[in-house]
Amino acid sequence: MAMTAAAPIAAAPARWQDFLLLMKPRVMSLVVFTALTGMICANGRMNPILGAVAILCIAVGAGASAALNMWYDADIDAKMRRTRGRPVPAGRVQGADAFALGLTLSLFSVMLLGMTTNWLAAGLLAFTIVFYAVVYTMWLKRSTPQNIVIGGLAGALPPVIGWAAVTGSIPLNAWLLCAIIFAWTPPHFWALSLYTSEDYEKAGVPMMPVVAGAASTRKQIWIYSLVFAPLCLVPALTGLGGWSYLAVAALGGTVFVTLAWRVFKSRAGDAADPRQDDGLYDVKVGAKDARNLFAFSILYLTLLFATLLTEHLLHAPTLEVFR
Amino acid sequence: MSDPVESSELEVKARRGRNIALALGLVIFVILVFVVTLVRLGANVADRAI
Repeated sequence: MAMTAAAPIAAAPARWQDFLLLMKPRVMSLVVFTALTGMICANGRMNPILGAVAILCIAVGAGASAALNMWYDADIDAKMRRTRGRPVPAGRVQGADAFALGLTLSLFSVMLLGMTTNWLAAGLLAFTIVFYAVVYTMWLKRSTPQNIVIGGLAGALPPVIGWAAVTGSIPLNAWLLCAIIFAWTPPHFWALSLYTSEDYEKAGVPMMPVVAGAASTRKQIWIYSLVFAPLCLVPALTGLGGWSYLAVAALGGTVFVTLAWRVFKSRAGDAADPRQDDGLYDVKVGAKDARNLFAFSILYLTLLFATLLTEHLLHAPTLEVFR
Repeated sequence: MSDPVESSELEVKARRGRNIALALGLVIFVILVFVVTLVRLGANVADRAI
């Protein structure tokens, strides 16, 4: 199990920055962004200080679950080029310390969010942490190629938590934001795994290209893209998004589906990956289509949420076909 | 790592950095709880029936 493999003798003394790295700051920044969008879209009244503390709690909660993930997955991380430099597999932080940090920050973030906003939001944050650290990390990731499909719920919940923090309720539009991130996750991660499948195979992680093969993964990316792109248009019909959102969703969705089609028709992931470096963007020519979809998926989701955020901050008019 | 003096200095420096970060984290947490209490208490006092 991870606990035994995760505790190599420390190679260098742990710096405070190593503990910050355990919290995956880049993922935390994405969580902050989507949670903030949920809070702003809720159109409720909230003291800005409490709002800032709520965002901080959600970010720290995400960081805590990341630390728990790094504690448990140290054995896997040590085998993959992309992750072997992380603090625990590199030996800079002991596994037990990463576990203690994750557990402590989980408790602090959930309790403080409950005190600051309401216990629905705090309960959702607790659920998200448990779902990511226990259901995804300890169970799904090592047992099924559907790991990132189901596990994607943890990454999709921050806007719902943000919404609940403001209003104390979770209406349809909040779940719509969740559904968009949930449907975005499979094509996004499988595009990445198409050109890093050698790493996952080495680590024994049953990612879709390793278990079902590259051709099946490309097909599933295409099918999920056909679900995801139309789903992105729905907020424009429910009054959540306005005209500019509709334009961004339609245009970006078209590009997304086109890129997914190119991946479907490509041979991405068919051959072994000959990369010698750790760069996610340095891939062999055959996997270029997968890399393009991976890169655009990040840009598209960011644009969608940034547009929603801007529209609600500017109180832009919406379509409101049905509520 | 061959020089024990240098290694020890590294460890001391790293430990000091961790201690300062931990202290800062705790101070920030205490301030947050204090501020949140003030804001929430203030709102409840303002909303009370007179």
